[in-house]
Formats: sequence, C-alpha cells, structure tokens
Amino acid sequence: MNIVDRRPNPKGKSLGNRRRFIERARGEVKGAVLDALKKRKVTDTEGGEKISIPTGGIEEPTFRHSGSGGKREYVVPGNKQHITGDELQRPQGGAGGKGSEAADNGEGEDEFEFVLSRDEFLDLFFEDLELPDLVRKRLSETASPELSRAGITMSGNPANLNLVRTLRNSMARRISLNRPKWGEVDALKAEIADLEETGPEEALEAARAKLTAIERRIKAIPYFDPIDVRYNRFQRVPKPNIQAVMFCLMDVSGSMTEHMKQLAKRFFMLLHLFLTKRYEHVDIVFIRHTSTAQEVDEDTFFYSRETGGTVVSTALAEMQRIIKERYPLEAWNIYAAQASDGDNFGADSPRCIQLLNELLPSTQYFAYIEVSDNGVFASHRRTDQTDLWRSYAEAAPGHPNFAMRRVGDPAHIFPVFHDLFARNRAAVSAEVEA
Amino acid sequence: MDSVVPAAPIYEGSEWDYDKLRLVFDACEVIARDELGLDTYPTQVEVITSEQMLDAYASVGLPLMYRHWSFGKRFAINETLYRKGLQGLAYEIVINSNPCLCYIMEENSMTMQTLVIAHAAFGHNHFFKNNYLFQQWTDASGILDYLAFARDYVLKCEEKYGVQKVERVLDAAHALMDQSVNRYARRPRLNFLEEQKREEDRRQHAEATYNDLWRTVPTPAAMKRLKAEDAAKVQTESAQKMGLPEENILYFLEKNAPQLASWERELCRIVRNIAQYYYPQKQTKVCNEGCATFVHYEIMNRLYEKGQITEGAMLEFLHSHTSVVAQPEYDDKRYSGINPYALGYAMMADIKRICLDPTDEDRDWFPAFAGNQDPYGTLRDAWANYRDESFILQFLSPALIRKFRLFEVRDDEAEPNMVVDAIHDEQGYRKIRAGLARSYDISRREPDIQVADVDMAGDRTLVLRHTVYNGIVLDEKSVKAVLRHVCALWSYNVRLIEVDAVTEATLKTHEMKAEK
Repeated sequence: MNIVDRRPNPKGKSLGNRRRFIERARGEVKGAVLDALKKRKVTDTEGGEKISIPTGGIEEPTFRHSGSGGKREYVVPGNKQHITGDELQRPQGGAGGKGSEAADNGEGEDEFEFVLSRDEFLDLFFEDLELPDLVRKRLSETASPELSRAGITMSGNPANLNLVRTLRNSMARRISLNRPKWGEVDALKAEIADLEETGPEEALEAARAKLTAIERRIKAIPYFDPIDVRYNRFQRVPKPNIQAVMFCLMDVSGSMTEHMKQLAKRFFMLLHLFLTKRYEHVDIVFIRHTSTAQEVDEDTFFYSRETGGTVVSTALAEMQRIIKERYPLEAWNIYAAQASDGDNFGADSPRCIQLLNELLPSTQYFAYIEVSDNGVFASHRRTDQTDLWRSYAEAAPGHPNFAMRRVGDPAHIFPVFHDLFARNRAAVSAEVEA
Repeated sequence: MDSVVPAAPIYEGSEWDYDKLRLVFDACEVIARDELGLDTYPTQVEVITSEQMLDAYASVGLPLMYRHWSFGKRFAINETLYRKGLQGLAYEIVINSNPCLCYIMEENSMTMQTLVIAHAAFGHNHFFKNNYLFQQWTDASGILDYLAFARDYVLKCEEKYGVQKVERVLDAAHALMDQSVNRYARRPRLNFLEEQKREEDRRQHAEATYNDLWRTVPTPAAMKRLKAEDAAKVQTESAQKMGLPEENILYFLEKNAPQLASWERELCRIVRNIAQYYYPQKQTKVCNEGCATFVHYEIMNRLYEKGQITEGAMLEFLHSHTSVVAQPEYDDKRYSGINPYALGYAMMADIKRICLDPTDEDRDWFPAFAGNQDPYGTLRDAWANYRDESFILQFLSPALIRKFRLFEVRDDEAEPNMVVDAIHDEQGYRKIRAGLARSYDISRREPDIQVADVDMAGDRTLVLRHTVYNGIVLDEKSVKAVLRHVCALWSYNVRLIEVDAVTEATLKTHEMKAEK
C-alpha cells in the first residue's frame, strides 16, 4: 500500500469551472447581486453574498420520464397498516408515487442557491461601472515618465558615476597586474637615502635601478583606467498614475440629521471602495463645513456635532487650497463627493458656481448628492428645488464630469451610485438639464 | 493481563498518523485476504483536505476531469450545502482504477480512517476488481491515463477553437450521456498510447475514405423521378451503412453527423466513454455499497475480537455504521427512496445468516446455498456475478421483506386511486421481489431511446424512438431542451417519436427544427 499526502496539492481545482459557471449564469447572477445590494450594509464590504438564481440558463437537461401518467409500481419500506387491495389517495401535485419519487426524477430544482465570494461579488457589482475619464487620464499619464535604476553601464554622465563599482574594478585590476604600492616606493627612497650616506656603491645603484623600474611600472599601470569606470544606468519608464485622492465634502450644520449623515456616509464609503479597487493608493480628505470649512478626521467628520449657518463655498475653497498644497494634478487623480441637504446661504450661490467652475477641470469626477430625511426626494421630479441644487444645476451642463443626484433612502444609494458612474452618462446629464 | 487480551490495540485515541494508517491497513489486509478471501487491486491511499474533497465532488468523483461549467455548478451547490452545514462530506471517495485510489479526509478520526480503509480499500476495491460488469465495461488500469488524455484534448480544443464552441458540443453531449452507452457489445479497452494512436488513425482513415454519401444524396426533386422501390433501396442501404437502429446516440452522432468537425466527434467520443465508465456503477449501487458495508462491518468486528481496536473505537464505529445503514420508513420525512447501503448490507448479512443458520423457509427459497456453511464463498460469487436487479431477484429473502416491511403500490392512471398490490405476506413475496428488482433495472429507470431512422431520401431528419413501457412518456420540457442539443450536433431537423412497447402505437411526436 502507498500513502500519499495530497494536502499540499493546490486546492481550488474547481475555481476555473466555477468561474465558467458564473460566466454562464451571468445575467441571472447579476440580477441577484443587484437585488442583494439593496439589503446590504455598505460597511459590510468584506463578506461574500449568498444569492439564489433561477435555474433557467444553467439547467442540464436529460431525457427523463414524466412525473405522472402511465402505470407505475413502487416498492417502499415500512408498511404499518396496509393489506393487499387497500386503496390510497394519490399525493397532491400529481407527482405520483410516494412524493419523493418525483424528486428522484430530477425535478424540483427551480431555484439555485450558492455563495459568491467577496471578489466575485464586487466584480459583478462594478462590472458596468466605470469611472469617467479614467482611460483618458491613464493615457495622458504615460506622458510623464520617470527615471528608474536599470543596472550598470560602461558609459555615461559623470554625475552618475558609480564610485563603488569603479573603485572595485580599479583595485581588482591593480592587484591582478601587480602594481607596486606607494609604500614600496617610499621605503625604497628611504633606503636609497640611507645608502647614499653609508652604503656601498653597488647596492645604491641596484636600489636606484629598482626604483626606476618600479616608477615606470606605476606609470604604466594607472590607478584608474577608463575600463574601470562604471556608471549607474537609468531608464525612462512611464509611470502610471496609480494614486487618487477623494474629497468628501459634507454640510454638518444643524439641518443635517443623523439619518442624512448616514446616507452620505454610505455613499462616501462606496466611492472609497470603488476607488481602492481601481487605484493602488487612495487618500481621503474629509472637509466639513458650516459657515466655515475645515479639514477633519473621519470620526469628527461623521460624528461630531456642529452648529452654524451654511456657506458651501467655504468647503470648495478649502478643497481648492488643499489640492494646491498637497495634491499636484500630475500625480493625483482627484475625485470629489459632496453631500448636503441643499441649504445654502442665498448670497453664496454665485461664489459656489465660480469655485465649481474652477475646480471641475482639475477633478476626474465631482459628484453631488442631496440627501433628505424621509425619502421626499425619492422622486427625481421634485419641483421645489433647493438653493444649492439650483445653482449647481446651472453649472452642471458645461461639465460632463459633474453629476448630481438626490437620495432619500438607503435603498436608493446603490442605484444612484450606479447611475452616477454608469458608462453611458448621456442620460444622466440629460436629466440634470431637465 | 496480557494473556487475556490477545493483542494490544493498534491505536488509541482519535488522532491518526501515517504509521498507524499503515498498521491498520496491514491488519485489515490480513483479515480481508486470509479470512474473507477478498482479491483486490493494490491500493493507494491519498490524504486530502475537505476543500479538496469538495473539488473531487464537483468533478463527479474523478481525480482528473476536463473543464466544464457544469462542474462549477455542482461545486457551488455542494459548497453551499456544506458551508451551511446541511450536508456533511463523504468520508472517502474511491476510484475504480488500478492501483485503486482511496481519498480519505484529514478531518477523520483514526477510527473513521480505519472504517474507510476497510470500506473502500477492501470492500469497494474487491467489488471493482471482481464484478463482471466492471470487468466487462471498464479498464481500471487505463482510466486515469484516459482522463488525462481527455482533459488535455479538451484543453487543446479550447485553445484552438474557443471555449464557447467546445462548450456547445460538451453541453449537447452531456445531455445525451444516459443514452450513450453500449449495453451489449463488448467495448474495446482503453489504453492511453493505443488511444492516441487510434485517434490519429481514425482521422487519417476518415480523410482517406472520405464518405461521399452525404454530398450525393439525391434531392427531393430527383427522388421523385426515381422509382419508389429505388427510394426504398436508398433508404435501407443508408440505414444499413449507418448501423440503424443504434442504441448509443452519441456513438451514432459521432460517426454519422454530417457537419461535425473531427475534433467535435472526438469530444462526443470522450463524453460517451466516460458515460460508459459509469455505466456499471449505476447498475450496482446496492451490490457495491452492500459489499463495501458488509466488508467493513466484518473487518471492524474481527479487529475488535482480536483486540486490535479499543472498545471506544468500536462504539464510534457502530455509531457511524448504524447511521449509514439507517432506512427511514416511507412516511418518514427523511425518506428519499430505499437506501442502497441499508438494503445491500441487510441482504449480505442475510445471505450470511442463510448460509450458516437457515430456517426451513430459507431452505425452501434458497436450496442452492442455504446451510452450506460457506458464507464468504457464496457472497464472493454474488459480488462477482450479479448486478442490482439480478441480485435482488435472486437473493432477496422473505425474512428480509418482512424485516423491511416492504409493500408494493400500484399507481395506474386509469384507476381513481393507488392500490396496494402486495405486502410482506406469502402471496406477496415474489411480487415484491420482482417489483423491487425491476425498479433497479436501468433500462426501466432510464428512458429507452434509440436512433431509429434518418430520412436520407428527404431532408435528413433524424428520427429518435422512445419505447414507452406502461404508458410512461417523456417529460415534455426536458425533451425540448435535449432535442435542441441533438439538433446542435446533427445540424438538421430531429424528430422524436414515442411508441408504445406493446401496441406499437405512436403516442407522441416531438419535432425540433434545426437553426439555420
């Protein structure tokens, strides 16, 4: 007998098949994922999701007998009171036999339930979302290449001289060619000086001849030779812009309730999740504002209470300042999401529009969501528009990278998010204009 | 103290290690070979994790398999059930190969490993090596090579022609698997090298003897001009050439479908070969599981008698054995048909009883072996020469019918109610025995569908014929779906007629138009 330990073998042999299966049932799975999303908490982005899909597209038909009709016999165990000739009611549903026989024939497999892993889930969710202008930005990024070390070369700019390598080569060459050391020369010179005073003539002659030979040798074998010299080599590699910064702007004045903040929070988190999936590094900047704006940490942003008026432009100005200070446009993709209940100090609107017009060209995407307490904005056709909505609506048309939406209920967030980043934004801008 | 206990237990506690496995295996082997007279393939025990067990489930238990989405689907189902705790995993999987592969899970306790070795490495292994169906239909030494060939071939096709095209053929072939086994002729053996060579030969042969038949089939207009008898002649001739009627649908399509590429034909061949490999297993569930269960029960008891396993281990074993052979009654909500482990084990234990200690009734019913005092010889003979249907028909005893309290119910469409036809009494024994045996007859369980005809004179419609027994027709919905698959392979229209076996009356006709 042989015993083989297969445990170290790669597991997940079925993953390929599983992926094919999901691919096959993509339509159904997608629908189920979007359904599941409505019930899901956004903070809960770590787990997978159990979904159930109709068996329609993934059935494996075989020829089989129909469940009813004809003449059948069943032999079953566990007789208790029957004697030959007893009549029995047919089980309901016309499946015939003892109920379970029908299941044996392979029926009763209408809904199909299985668990998607987190990655499968998110991939499906993000599938047809795409951050606007991402591609364009990526392409333009390749225009800013960066130098990176790429080994050692024999020729180059003196500024790139690699001292260690050069000295090492030089030393190796000197040792191998047996170049006399300076110490030897000094010792010999001292000896000659001695001999000049005291020594015999022959010894002096011999020492002098030796010195000449050594000096000639030293001259013939230079300390540095061009073949010793090594330079650092640099290569220009296009550096993809893999970092993004996400600005979260929120009105925290008294009119924003806890519910509204939670709505906004979910939106921010989803955006963050999306960005982390697309970019290697994502910074978040939280800017809250009342009648003044300040950059705060996350906890303060969501949970500390603040009172005061509402001047939206302060937040925009703060964002502009931070971009200038810390996030140079050539290195960062800038995203902004603003949440507000729509209140704004009336005279502030023109300033908002002006700031927005300045900001928009430098951002990848600017999303404005207007949150409400009890779903009154559920209808997108509300007639009484808020101050901020009106002024943003004015600024919107000229900027395809700006979108605005209203959200009243947690269940609306995902569809809204989906809309905002949908590939085809034509519909969105059309609606904004209307 | 030592003189009372014949031998020290091989192991204590539940932890297992390789040395213990080896010792247990050797102890089991002594009992199996010398005392039960079993004859097995050499065994290779492979330790796997539960995740790998799930993987193995997905590919219908085979260690190598080509890629297909349906295996992913199966994986998803099993994984969900397992994670929810609705379904435990099997303790082992055993492959009918030479050497016999036994997969055992690392989570098992030492007692479970012992049970699994006794069950799979000796019980199933003996059955695989000796049962006539396995000897006739499968080649244990070639299967792993063949599966490797199949996997690589499918992979190559996918690279060359695209996953979608391959899937189209495999989907269709899978749908026809049950109707694609040879039931009578002896199938040539599989061997990897020969297989490769033959695949090559087949292709060259097909190229060399390109069949012009399809191109020159007369058009309907031309046919009209032909005399009626000529038309009939064309029809019979081509039917003869194609070997109609043909019970193996995939075989027929592989050889005769007009528009399949050679690689598509090879895929059909792979699927039907795998179907053929499973054909014996489908027919011997009761015998095979009964054999393995009986063997593990005997071996465990003897190990215990010899003092090689502890009382604790024995209790653990009995607990698991009892749940394996439990048979819920028909009105129990756990009831889902007759448990092959329960029936098989009960019948084998019953045979042993009849051999050793028969009643008068047993002597009347089984004069051939009642009281012959050779239970293992009798059982070895049963394991070697029977399948479920014939085994039940031959060996189900009245005592066992009473014990299971079996009864037969007739469900006739023509009658208002179901009727109890027979119960476990003097008048009922034979009827119940015959009825139960019939329910294991694969040709009754699965629809009997054959390729009946091809309309060579007309539009090349392929005619399938379902022989209807007892008025049980096919499930309408599945027929449509499967016929669509047949169309995909045949490329022309397909018609399925359902004909009553006795009256020859056509009960139903299903048509499927080929997509243009």
